[in-house]
Amino acid sequence: MKTLIQKLTQTPGPSGFEQEIRKVIREEVSPLSKSVQVDTMGNLIVRIGQKSTGGLRVMIAAHMDEIGVIVSHVEKKGFVRFSNLGSYFPRYLAGSRVRFLNGTRGVINHDRPEDLSKIPGMEKFLIDVGAISDKDCPVKVGDVGVFDREFLDMGNRIASKALDDRISCAVLIETIRNIKSTPNELVFVFSTQEEVGSRGAQTAAYALEADLGIALDVTPTGDILGVKMQTHLGDGPAIKVRDVGMIADPQVVSWMVSCAKKHKIKYQMEVLEVGSTDARSMQLVRGGMLAGALSVPCRYVHSPSEVVDMEDVALTVKLLTALLSERIQL
Amino acid sequence: MTDITPFLLSLLDLPGLSGYEKPASEMIAKQWQPLVDEITNSTLGSLHGLRKAHGSAKAPRIMIATHMDAIGMMVTKIDKGFLRFTHVGGVDPRILPGQAVIVHGRQELPGVVQLIPDRLLDSHSAGNAPDYKFLFVDLGLPEKEILKLVQPGDLISFAQSSFEMDGGYVAGHSLDNRASVAALTICLEELRNIELAWDVYAVATIKEEESGLGALTSAYAIRPDIAVTIDVTFAKGPGLTDYRTFPLGKGPSIGVGANIHPVLATEFTQLAKEMDMPYGMEMMANSSGTDSMMMQITAEGIPNMVLGIPIRYMHTSVELVSVSDIYRTGKLLARFISQLKTDSAKTLFEKFANE
Amino acid sequence: MNKTSSASFKISKTNLALLQRLSNASGISGNEGEIRAIIRKEITPYVDEIKVDAMGNLLALKHAKIKKPVKVLVASHMDEVGFMIVDDDGDGLFAFEVVGGVDARQLMAKMVTVGKEKLPGVIGAKPIHLLESGEIHDVVKTHSMRIDVGPANSSRVKIGEYAAFATRFHQNGTSITGKALDDRLGVAGLIELIKHVPENVEFMAAFTVQEEIGLRGARVAAFAFQPDFAFALDSTPAIDLPRPDGEENTQYNCRLGGGPAIYLADAGTLSDPRLVRFLTKMAEEHGIPYQYRQPGGGGTDAGSLHKTGAGIPTISISVPGRYAHTAIMMAHVPDWENTMRLLIAALQNISLEILAVDRS
Repeated sequence: MKTLIQKLTQTPGPSGFEQEIRKVIREEVSPLSKSVQVDTMGNLIVRIGQKSTGGLRVMIAAHMDEIGVIVSHVEKKGFVRFSNLGSYFPRYLAGSRVRFLNGTRGVINHDRPEDLSKIPGMEKFLIDVGAISDKDCPVKVGDVGVFDREFLDMGNRIASKALDDRISCAVLIETIRNIKSTPNELVFVFSTQEEVGSRGAQTAAYALEADLGIALDVTPTGDILGVKMQTHLGDGPAIKVRDVGMIADPQVVSWMVSCAKKHKIKYQMEVLEVGSTDARSMQLVRGGMLAGALSVPCRYVHSPSEVVDMEDVALTVKLLTALLSERIQL
Repeated sequence: MTDITPFLLSLLDLPGLSGYEKPASEMIAKQWQPLVDEITNSTLGSLHGLRKAHGSAKAPRIMIATHMDAIGMMVTKIDKGFLRFTHVGGVDPRILPGQAVIVHGRQELPGVVQLIPDRLLDSHSAGNAPDYKFLFVDLGLPEKEILKLVQPGDLISFAQSSFEMDGGYVAGHSLDNRASVAALTICLEELRNIELAWDVYAVATIKEEESGLGALTSAYAIRPDIAVTIDVTFAKGPGLTDYRTFPLGKGPSIGVGANIHPVLATEFTQLAKEMDMPYGMEMMANSSGTDSMMMQITAEGIPNMVLGIPIRYMHTSVELVSVSDIYRTGKLLARFISQLKTDSAKTLFEKFANE
Repeated sequence: MNKTSSASFKISKTNLALLQRLSNASGISGNEGEIRAIIRKEITPYVDEIKVDAMGNLLALKHAKIKKPVKVLVASHMDEVGFMIVDDDGDGLFAFEVVGGVDARQLMAKMVTVGKEKLPGVIGAKPIHLLESGEIHDVVKTHSMRIDVGPANSSRVKIGEYAAFATRFHQNGTSITGKALDDRLGVAGLIELIKHVPENVEFMAAFTVQEEIGLRGARVAAFAFQPDFAFALDSTPAIDLPRPDGEENTQYNCRLGGGPAIYLADAGTLSDPRLVRFLTKMAEEHGIPYQYRQPGGGGTDAGSLHKTGAGIPTISISVPGRYAHTAIMMAHVPDWENTMRLLIAALQNISLEILAVDRS
């Protein structure tokens, strides 16, 4: 699975400009389903299975987009100013590298370090693509890019940029491969624009009219000093109870917990105090949809080097496969 | 007219935090059973009580939203048997030291909230206003037992029992918004023996304190022609005397502002005057902060009104209300509904639509 | 009907007179009736259906004349930022709350008009002589300010009424000033645009409410119509001033004189790239000056429109304006004219073929 994860994380796809990653995912899933479509917002929609009696239409979403940059100005001296696509902390920027969709690569740093003990605000950062002036600069206003960091195999654990949420895209692809049969109609949505507010999932959910929604995302861990969460790397997939935007429906949480217990899959409970996922958009669609989320524990979320545990990933695939292959009793 | 106080007191003591409203929902359903024709649940768990219009023709609809969820806390981490937690809905952490709580784990467990003692903190954290970072729940049980009974995600509610004060006042921790549920119940009782021209959807919504998505999704499913929210508003009290506050016991507040349809503001004010009912006008310049924010922008848009029952100490364990205001709100709403005619949706808004 | 080619469209005295009326009229978010009435009178002869919905949006439909038309929605918002009277202090003094986003530092010593009667009022300020030492450096909070209509008019103002900046529209050559040019420029523009709708387009003009307090009207306007394309026509700040430290201004957002500002991304919307390409093509082919609004921050009705239902390809185009959300906004007539030319060109050339490729 590491090869797949590497391919997915290293393909660029900032929010709103997911075409390249969508192409790569499409190549992976096309042999597995007769129904693969792209909708107005660019979501990739893959259907598996037919709804039999007692079956449900389930929407499973993992977002294809990653955080990135969009050029806002090219200075006379050739420095590139940018705005953020998705939210992240300026502290991760200094010294990072950027890869634009047009192939240009550059480094991020900030100008005028007045006080090195303070981290400058986002507007003080610039990207240096090696241009001497705005006339020879290979990027222009509106061009988009992603943070550039290669995949690192550390054995049981791996590091890369964009594990949020390509790790879940990998989980979805593997799940699709593993499912032998199911009484449910499964609609896998590789969604767009999650990082700017789960916009892709919102419109996809409206169109699909599913009975149940599950979002797959990463969740920060509490195994670093100072962070109050109970989720840890190596303790299995996290079943989300709530985050800032959403409280998972209690029946969905119980269903996930029972399934994990039944198949003796290690799991942990997640209460997140920052951020939200596609599950929020799914829950408030039309007259409401029951929704929940499964998370892969992840360290250093929204940094250029996020870290996950491969056993957690494998168990997430196992749990999701079990959840979707069986009759769902909520 | 039945005495609403026993129902109110029992309802106030029930847990029913945002997302986990079932206990409250079941009690409300029981109370509404004799007052409505159909009781159903929305997909996400809001309670819908339908009192049908007279006759078989398709009637216009009015939806009244009163949220049944209460604020509280949720366990985030178990630290050597001490529970760390976060809030569900807006809970000022400064009210928490010394609060008696119930942790809803595998069993209902009584506990106390406290501050980490100053001597265990470094100098710049000591003595500061209470913050979630330094609050915890002590269950007084051995760690091994706690790990069997509690997990992150378990809910914590205030253990404060509701009680009556002389003069028709009630104190309790979830008057926001169970007082409004009580008012809606009174409204349904008033309408009991009256023939109605409109279908009335009494909706106890979920998750208002978190996101308002109970109201949004119920309004989408019902598509009413008019929507009314009953929520609590700020009563005059210590340090709070300005225009945003209303005297306890002097009637409901009627909303005015962008979230409220001007025609309904006029109608309700007119009716209150006709009924000789004291009331206040609540200025909501930008947002009403209630379920109506969601209902107004549902589907093709819905005209909204917000009625407020004044309470003191909102979002604490000792909220305080005058029961007379609950009755007044229920009756004002009942009066509005009872005089709706089949073509009222057109006649009420005609002038506005054609100006 | 006048089917002008975009290249020959010119802002006329009539357009400017209408803009003047709209700018001088009062329509605070939640109280847009006066603006709605003016628009209604102007557009009735040119549209097939008019409806005012539950929120007060004015929705006008102009039917296509062919069988399989392209459905296009253009939205501009009727509301402006302003004030709501919330309490009566007596003696002509009224406490107020700001509706929409207004920097508190813009309010001291400004003139307002209050209520339906448009009574003149002032937001006063303490005399400088009576300030405490150091007080001149404090930002005065809105809750300590009052709108003063004078003691004699005290009884003519009711709490719950609205007040607007009292600025009168003025034109000086190519420069126009007035309050609420955000978004009366868009409103006047949309009124004109209705006259240029070609036969193959099913057109909805959505004059929305409550954009300034959360893009609220737009959320319901598109719901029933379900267009193929949506455009938000607004005004965006031009912060094209010199920096006090002499360095290059890299955060100007857009420039006065730079032509219509095409949005790539703001805080609420990532413009459909197909529409970015389409509008750029229209501007270049028709020789219309244009600029890209700097990505990041801000928002327009597009934020609500593009997420309606199963999603609608959407983009915003704005007329640059300085000093938005203050008493006096400033804009450049040629920018407005070029925005109109671009929109007319777009309407006359829009087709479903644009959607033949995937979004990105």
